[in-house]
Amino acid sequence: MGKLLPWFAIVTAALLVSGIVWALAFAPSDYQQGNSFRIIYIHVPSAILAQSCYMLMAIAGAIGLIWKMKVADMVAKSSAPIGATMALLALVTGAIWGKPTWGSWWVWDARLTSMLILLFLYLGVIALNSAIESEATAAQATAVLALVGLVNIPIIKYSVEWWNTLHQPATFTLTERPAMPAEMWVPLLVMVIGFYCFFAVSLMLRTRNEILHRERRARWVRELIEKQ
Amino acid sequence: MSEMLTNEPVQSSEQTMRGLFLAVLKRDLLLSYRRRSDLVNPLIFFLMVATLFPLGVSPEPDFLAQLAPGVVWVAALLSTLLSMDSVFRSDFEDGTLEQTLLSPQPLFVVVLGKVIAHWMLTGLPLALLAPVLGIMLFLPDGGMGGLMISLLLGTPTLSLVGAIGAALTVGLRKGGVLISLLVLPLYIPVLIFGTSAVQAAVTGLPLGGYLALLGAMLALGIVMAPLAIGAALRISVSG
Repeated sequence: MGKLLPWFAIVTAALLVSGIVWALAFAPSDYQQGNSFRIIYIHVPSAILAQSCYMLMAIAGAIGLIWKMKVADMVAKSSAPIGATMALLALVTGAIWGKPTWGSWWVWDARLTSMLILLFLYLGVIALNSAIESEATAAQATAVLALVGLVNIPIIKYSVEWWNTLHQPATFTLTERPAMPAEMWVPLLVMVIGFYCFFAVSLMLRTRNEILHRERRARWVRELIEKQ
Repeated sequence: MSEMLTNEPVQSSEQTMRGLFLAVLKRDLLLSYRRRSDLVNPLIFFLMVATLFPLGVSPEPDFLAQLAPGVVWVAALLSTLLSMDSVFRSDFEDGTLEQTLLSPQPLFVVVLGKVIAHWMLTGLPLALLAPVLGIMLFLPDGGMGGLMISLLLGTPTLSLVGAIGAALTVGLRKGGVLISLLVLPLYIPVLIFGTSAVQAAVTGLPLGGYLALLGAMLALGIVMAPLAIGAALRISVSG
């Protein structure tokens, strides 16, 4: 079962373990913030993933709507809780980091607020999905909602550039070198890639579970379970 | 076919679109007029929410004047949301919605007509009533114009976005709380720019930029929202 899954799992474990050890023990501490900056090694990957996951959910939803692919529906449904968790993780780690650095747990800054809206959008999608009994209808309805909520993604992405806010601009861009020294950003990059691989593993497992749940009355599922 | 057999002049498609739009608008306005109590409820709710703030927070005029733009906007937003559930509900229950979806007329126009009718019955009266609330909350006179214009530009967007939530939940027996959950996050940008426009008007700053953004959101809403509403209605009715 699952050709890619073990490979992704191994890569995820390797990246996350090495990234965490590197980030927490070997990366140099910041000259202003000391060791408290190290929370970005969790904060930044989870925030990036929360947005990417929403994009994936919306695209999978659109594929499900247009081509009526059942697997796309299931991927969209499986990605919503992961994304919501990541958005929550980004907000909580941000708050923990904000207390020593900005002096308060929460500020009504554009990036923070738009991230909170993203969490609300995820919760709305999950609520709608669980409110509709028919699975096919629920998938289509959530796809429409996810596509409508897509308007928010560019607002989050560019909020730090459009409004001059407390939150600093993006760490990684495709066109420029990061502003921090390589000893700091390389472990961050490792963590980001590790989080993406973790997301892939988690999504595959959840989707597999969803497929088995939906096809629970099919013969092949029964045979699969009896074989084990 | 029938038009070709009889010798009636073939109407241009633009004319039939306008006729369809006006017919839907007239029907919905007439239906609401026949049930006038439903019409007044959101307005009473609007007034009541605004009354809660002086009693709950502080009756100080200076403090209330600062709070006023936000309170009026939040009250308008909530009362729009409250009336949203009923937009497609009765049509869904008596089967009219199903017939509408089956009809050859473009759904976009029908949906737009229904949403505009909803706005004329909630958003428009809210915007006209807003100065009364402004006076109750000691909003400076300079802000009244900004309040009304921002509400006139912002409430149609609220109706359009809210109708997406209403269309998604019309098939469910208890859609009320769910609609708020789905729609409120999407209302936040309108709220931010609406209140900013009023605050700019109060302090005498130019509010053109905020109004332009509200207008842009409305333009985007008119073009995109009916598509989403139509898709959502088809999903809700078929499921």
